[in-house]
Amino acid sequence: MSNRINLKAFAAALAVGLSLAAIGTASAQEAVNLRMTIWSANEAHLKLFNDMAAGFKQSHPNVTVTYESLPFDTYTTALTTQIAGGNAPDMAWIFETTAYDFVNSGALYPLGDKLNAIQGYNLAEVSPGATERWSKGGTLYAYPFSTSPFAVFANNDLIRKAGAKTPDELIKAGEWTWDKAIETASTVGRTGKGGLIIRDFNYQNWQNLAAIWNGFGASPWSEDGKNCTIGDKPMTDALSFIHDAIFKNKAMPGPGENVDFFAGNAAMTITQISRASLLPKQNGFEWDLVPLPKGPAGEYALIGQAGIGVMQSSPHADVAAEFVGYMTNPENSAKLAQFFPSARKSLLNAETLKKTNPLLSQEQLEKVVIAGISNGKVIPGHTGFAQIQQMVRAGLDAVWTPNADIANATQKICGQISPLLKR
Amino acid sequence: MSAGHKTQFWTIARRDSAAGYLFIAPQLAGIVTFVLLPLCLVFWYSLHEWNVLANTFNYTGAQNYRMLLEDPSLPAVLGSTALFSLGLVVLNMSLALLLAVLLNQKLRGIAVFRTLFFSPVVVSLVAWTIVWGFLLQKNGGINGMLLFLGIEGPNWLREPVTAMISVIVVQVFKNVGLNMILFLAALQSVPNELYEAARIDGAPPFKQFRRITLPMISPTILLTSIITIVGSLQVFAQIAVLTQGGPGVSTTVLVYYLYQQAFQFHFFGYGSTLSILLFVIVACLTFAQWQLRKRIVFYEN
Repeated sequence: MSNRINLKAFAAALAVGLSLAAIGTASAQEAVNLRMTIWSANEAHLKLFNDMAAGFKQSHPNVTVTYESLPFDTYTTALTTQIAGGNAPDMAWIFETTAYDFVNSGALYPLGDKLNAIQGYNLAEVSPGATERWSKGGTLYAYPFSTSPFAVFANNDLIRKAGAKTPDELIKAGEWTWDKAIETASTVGRTGKGGLIIRDFNYQNWQNLAAIWNGFGASPWSEDGKNCTIGDKPMTDALSFIHDAIFKNKAMPGPGENVDFFAGNAAMTITQISRASLLPKQNGFEWDLVPLPKGPAGEYALIGQAGIGVMQSSPHADVAAEFVGYMTNPENSAKLAQFFPSARKSLLNAETLKKTNPLLSQEQLEKVVIAGISNGKVIPGHTGFAQIQQMVRAGLDAVWTPNADIANATQKICGQISPLLKR
Repeated sequence: MSAGHKTQFWTIARRDSAAGYLFIAPQLAGIVTFVLLPLCLVFWYSLHEWNVLANTFNYTGAQNYRMLLEDPSLPAVLGSTALFSLGLVVLNMSLALLLAVLLNQKLRGIAVFRTLFFSPVVVSLVAWTIVWGFLLQKNGGINGMLLFLGIEGPNWLREPVTAMISVIVVQVFKNVGLNMILFLAALQSVPNELYEAARIDGAPPFKQFRRITLPMISPTILLTSIITIVGSLQVFAQIAVLTQGGPGVSTTVLVYYLYQQAFQFHFFGYGSTLSILLFVIVACLTFAQWQLRKRIVFYEN
């Protein structure tokens, strides 16, 4: 999931007195008020979005766009509750995990033709891999405005103090593998500090573990989403590896243990690069950003996505689609890219990215960001994801105990979710 | 047309009743709008399949009720709910009564203790639960204290049994003050002469408590038990903040399950069916308790 930069804030009160402003323009056209639900309440984000709304107003004086920030943790629940209550927004951000639900249900207005009709929009430069999840029958239903790779942040000070090898040293020696990474994490973990943290996993959001198990060639279900593969060997191997890392090697914080990498309390964390903003500004530590280690199945990358869709139920869906087109055209995409990495090929070069990610070096941008976005797989999603997520979460709780029977637990999970996958 | 000879429409009796209805009108309107109407709507929704995203709302008759009977998760959920309610009611009522008896002494500074035990009641529920969430982490405050005493504490919220105990205890500590105050008021209204008579007859303190105190405060015990049981069936925030129904489904109580089905999985129809089930359970329990009162509760008149 994209850009969780301290987004837990409540909605800024923006939607006041807008109709009056629209009347003031004395336009012969009907005033159109559009509302977009988002999960960011970051001031810098909102300023950028409001600038875009103002820019759109210049060519469409009758259109006013407002943003409603919903709390990140319960975003989809709040959005669907609004829809159920007959108060659907005109446009909404959508998580990659729930993309299938929104795209397949018919809740979204078809965007593809509308975007292609905009001069200079160049939708073709967005890779098919990035739009796959957001399309149905060849038509794009939501635009993936954020394509953010997962990477490893390392605290080199802590690692050296524990006498372990830093990721950089391992990469130079050609040994940046999961085994070696866990060795380093374990050495630090045994000093009483945290080893490796999968950020936001917390033994709830298991889909973030894809950052590890993709390296084992594992996935929770088959390519077509119909068959459960949690009980298959790649997945049980990966889960055994993670289990050992937690309970045997002390390389990862166990259930119920809270450790924060960005406060300097852990060796490494896996998260999206936008989290670089959480690095301490004062009394910091020497940090590094490196790609995910090589797994038994080879090298791989993982990305999280976020899309913007237009609700079919909106009375002004066509205008809203135009606004989405304006917001994500090449020029504005470059501006969005400072917070939300773009999947547009023309923006995927180190020079452009350097301007917007001053914290990262040229090498980091090339190896982590560009390679990640170009080759990365999106974290797992499915139609009916919330229910499947919850069932797998409950089933995996049996794995997160010291003497777990992984084969048995994974078989059980498959038994439970198989009917849901086939639905 | 003169009104002189006609009997007036607004007789005094009619005026009185009109005024009465006017006085209760706001309350009545509130109940109709916020209780009766939603209740009817929930029943109506429970007969439908409502796909929010696809914007479809189809009549499916009793299908959701059939689903309710066949739901493989439901027995476990009802089991957790019963366990939670039972644990909560037993612990809450006995602790509240114990505290009330202890605080019923006439000692200096007793008011401070009464305030202390009541104060969690006025604390915001979510804030209270979040703080307890921190304390109950594996490396949290409670295990830190236990370690100080040389005990290695369990991973409270991550093991099925301790997770259930944790949510019960957090809820009990939050609300025990309310029952305590009710008990305290009841204890203080027991006439002193009864105790005097018992002392003269040589009844020991425990016998006095069993034969005088308990019967005299039994109406309050009934009231608090109804409130506590109904309250325990509607616990949501603690579960949502502390365990999210886990580990496994060990703390997924009915209300939390209902929330998951309706708001997370978007099965509003089935969620409505579950809330009808909850309504029936609460109604039955309350009715049963009300019937019991005739046999157990003592009324002076």
